[in-house]
Amino acid sequence: MGLDIRWPIGLMFTLIGVLLTIFGAVKKSASTSLDININLIWGIVLLIFGILMLWGAIRGRKNPPSV
Amino acid sequence: MQPIQLQWIDYTILIAYVAFVLGIGWALARYVKTSSEFLTSARSIPTWVTGLAFISANLGALELVGMAASGAKYGIATAHFYWVGAIPAMIFLAVFMMPFYYGSRARSVPEYLKMRFDERVRALNSIAFAVMTIFASGISINALAKLLTNLLPWQFDVKIGLLHLGSYDAYLWICSGVVLLYVLKGGLTSAIYTEVLQFFMIVLGFAPVVYLGLKDVGGWHAMNHSLQTVAVHPAAFYLKPPGTSYAPDAWNSAWRPVLAGSAHNPMGVDWFAIIFGLGFVLSFGYWCTNFLVVQRAMAAKNMTAARNTPLVAAVPKMLFPFLVIVPGMIAAALCTLPNKDYRIPPPIVSPANYNDAIAAVRNATAADDNNFNAVSAAIGKKLDHDKILSLIAANKTSQLTDTQIKQGLYNSVAENDYDEVILSLVKKYCPPGLMGLALTALLASFMSGMAGNVTAFNTVFTYDLYQAYFAPGKSDKHYFWFGKFITVVGIILSICAAYFASMFLNAMDVIQLVFGFVNAPLFATFLLGMFWKRTTGTGAFIGLFCGIGSSALFQALTTVPTNLNAAGHSISVVKGGYLGVLKVFPSEMAQNFWLATFAFIVCFTLTVVISLLTRRAKSDEELKGLVYSLTPRIVDTNLPWFRRPAVVGILLLIACAILNIIFW
Repeated sequence: MGLDIRWPIGLMFTLIGVLLTIFGAVKKSASTSLDININLIWGIVLLIFGILMLWGAIRGRKNPPSV
Repeated sequence: MQPIQLQWIDYTILIAYVAFVLGIGWALARYVKTSSEFLTSARSIPTWVTGLAFISANLGALELVGMAASGAKYGIATAHFYWVGAIPAMIFLAVFMMPFYYGSRARSVPEYLKMRFDERVRALNSIAFAVMTIFASGISINALAKLLTNLLPWQFDVKIGLLHLGSYDAYLWICSGVVLLYVLKGGLTSAIYTEVLQFFMIVLGFAPVVYLGLKDVGGWHAMNHSLQTVAVHPAAFYLKPPGTSYAPDAWNSAWRPVLAGSAHNPMGVDWFAIIFGLGFVLSFGYWCTNFLVVQRAMAAKNMTAARNTPLVAAVPKMLFPFLVIVPGMIAAALCTLPNKDYRIPPPIVSPANYNDAIAAVRNATAADDNNFNAVSAAIGKKLDHDKILSLIAANKTSQLTDTQIKQGLYNSVAENDYDEVILSLVKKYCPPGLMGLALTALLASFMSGMAGNVTAFNTVFTYDLYQAYFAPGKSDKHYFWFGKFITVVGIILSICAAYFASMFLNAMDVIQLVFGFVNAPLFATFLLGMFWKRTTGTGAFIGLFCGIGSSALFQALTTVPTNLNAAGHSISVVKGGYLGVLKVFPSEMAQNFWLATFAFIVCFTLTVVISLLTRRAKSDEELKGLVYSLTPRIVDTNLPWFRRPAVVGILLLIACAILNIIFW
């Protein structure tokens, strides 16, 4: 209905992904849990997810949605 | 034990989520102009969105917290709530029932009942549903306000005349305000879109916690190995009373302990109760008739989309046990590993009581029973006898610090607060950043629990109560504005329900009990209505009414062993048996499942008998599209196999069966 949900989902997770990645890269010691820099790794995962969603939204704009 | 220290990144994630949720509401506002668009989304939502919203609407806060709690208490058997108690019903809804809900063009479940039967059945269902859904909304937002009060450092203390408002009140009103704003702006579509956002937040927020937890316990097999210790000595971790013991696989195996009998599994249920009580009556009663979830399927673009919605939802639902139940199992396993310094969180003890107990330990003359009693009295909770004695002895040999004594006391409380399990794991494994993500996921699910219930409430109230009985025949604009008005009313009533739930210790239990009474007989009515054209309105009404009554009666005459005093009488009304004790069930879960079975049978039998004794009010022509035998079969042979609901349904059932076998 009017707004493609993939836009807000994509934008939000891209934003959070960027935040977590930068935080994880800069504050390495604070971001580790069980010897893994989980912020950095998960930040990148979220970033990829967000970008995939945005790509879906952009493609959706080019091709009108089908059944 | 210590409150969480949140950092700027955690707050940023939280605020970002709230901003996006409000933004979605605002962006949708210009597309929501009619009552149909506001209340029912006017059949415009794509399948993947309705599918994820369907599962999210059900995945309330209590589910996340409760499933982790049950995972600790019962192990993998908790998955029965998903693999037996949800998937079959969802598939049945998709293949057999959605054609009637969607094809009848009913705007709500009560409206379907009116079309199929008459106004009496609709009124009974819509009033019961409206009340239950407001309470569910209140429970959700109450849990959120409590969580924020315990987590966030912001103190709020304001006196207005006689009213003394604290942090809880501030969080309650602010969060309700946020939900009100985005639902008022964008209607059901707002709620659906934020539910999808919530779904991803939960998966992405908690997957790392599960991964880190599994890594910490040494992997899946190591966790199962540790759980064997739990199964054989549950009392050592305060999971069961002393003396209880189960077979080593009781926490790792879903079916074997159940098949062995109710005395041999921690849930205290037998196989019939699980399959019929949970798997059939309660499961189908909820998934096939509850408007909160069915509303999301009804918002789909067309019939095929509507039928596929529950099927799309079934896929994540099948996999969710690994996300929500495994944390509980990890927690139980951690308790057995001494070097992890973890226990399932005890109930909250006030700082004052801790101080009194610390003093009692210091003043203890010797490690004996008198001094143990003194410490117990000071702390006000049940304590582990041996651990306290060794704590007192340790303090005598070398003067322990206050912190050390407090830690010793914390580890000795012989009760568990299972609802705190998920939060304790988040605290343990999440560094700042990830912490904010996990907490925002929790916040998202609590808020969308309120939004989902309020959007179901406003539709039922506007169409099934207001339009049906108070103001029929008005313009669509009239109902559009009424819909908005009743949304505000719904939020305010939810806040009242939240206060009710927070003030009375047993309020939650009473509310859940009443939900159970109403849900148990419901599926019998729908089953007979949809598949037997001879069912009459009178039969349905009396059957449903008496079904609810028989639930209450059953609960009043049965109870569980922990609720019996020395004379064999019931202690608490909430646990039943207050009119007399005809049967004692091994656990509350068993009582619940058998209650459902009983109510279903009563409702089914009465509906059949009275329908045969009364005349049909509606002709075959009027019931076309509402009853199975009078509706043309949906032809979908033109669709590829993966889009045909029946085919996908069978595949999902097979997948579900495989999961059951793997975790046998």
